Amino acid sequence: MESFTPIASTIGGVLIGLSATIMLLFFGRVTGISGIVGGLFDRRPGDFGWRALFTAGLLVGGLVFSLLSPEAFADTSTRGLGPVALAGLLVGFGTRLGSGCTSGHGICGLTRLSVRSLVAVLTFMATGALTAVLLGRLGAAA
Amino acid sequence: MTRSPLLSSAVVFGAGVLFAGGLALSGMTRPGKVIAFLDPLSGWDPSLAFVMVGGILTHMLAYRLVLRRPSPLLASAFLLPTRKDISPALLVGAALFGVGWGLGGFCPGPGLAAAASGAAKPAVFAASMLLGMFVFKLWNDAQQRRAARQAPVSG
Repeated sequence: MESFTPIASTIGGVLIGLSATIMLLFFGRVTGISGIVGGLFDRRPGDFGWRALFTAGLLVGGLVFSLLSPEAFADTSTRGLGPVALAGLLVGFGTRLGSGCTSGHGICGLTRLSVRSLVAVLTFMATGALTAVLLGRLGAAA
Repeated sequence: MTRSPLLSSAVVFGAGVLFAGGLALSGMTRPGKVIAFLDPLSGWDPSLAFVMVGGILTHMLAYRLVLRRPSPLLASAFLLPTRKDISPALLVGAALFGVGWGLGGFCPGPGLAAAASGAAKPAVFAASMLLGMFVFKLWNDAQQRRAARQAPVSG
């Protein structure tokens, strides 16, 4: 069971918003993780280094904060490795095909009041909820 | 991003670390919390809605101030998305992403940040996500080559 954490989650969201603001203020860039990471594969000259550095910061941050607070990274889901591997493929391909994820469409797109991003957010929230609810019912029945 | 390479590098790296900190504090690096948000029928945890609210309000306030500037601090111009079309690719891609999100409990940022903790599950997620992105690139490149062959650009 997960506990309701409105204050920590709001502050976490503020930090994510600040990170996106730093990228916009200094570089004029949208902070979409799938776009930043997926763009690494294009290896465009002059466009690779900043993507690699941001990704490195995300990874180093993940390592450091997981050491400081293992609880924040606790694996609290009941999904097995097979479904998680399939989930990775769907997330990787889907976010690139749909031009964004929870950060690019969710935070940055909705901030700009982009209708395209709103449609994407409503779509992935709907299919995400549908998937989680269905698997939750299957798990409850099993 | 070449005006002052060292400062640029430090700022980009720091923004990545800050992003990971926000994810960790928000609860998004706990896949069970994400699934408990997406599935309201089994003990709903609405916390992640607060992540969206905190992130959007912060960025919305700052966005208006930042865009009063003629250009970013360390780059020549703002590079904001300009597309407005609601394309089939947008809908299908977002739908596939959502299914994967509800299935695994990770979206791209938290998956990568959690993979760096060394845990097996997010590491498997992150590796297959990168594979999915690479497959998209191969497929997309092939599509573009086909389009270029069918409609050669004149001049």
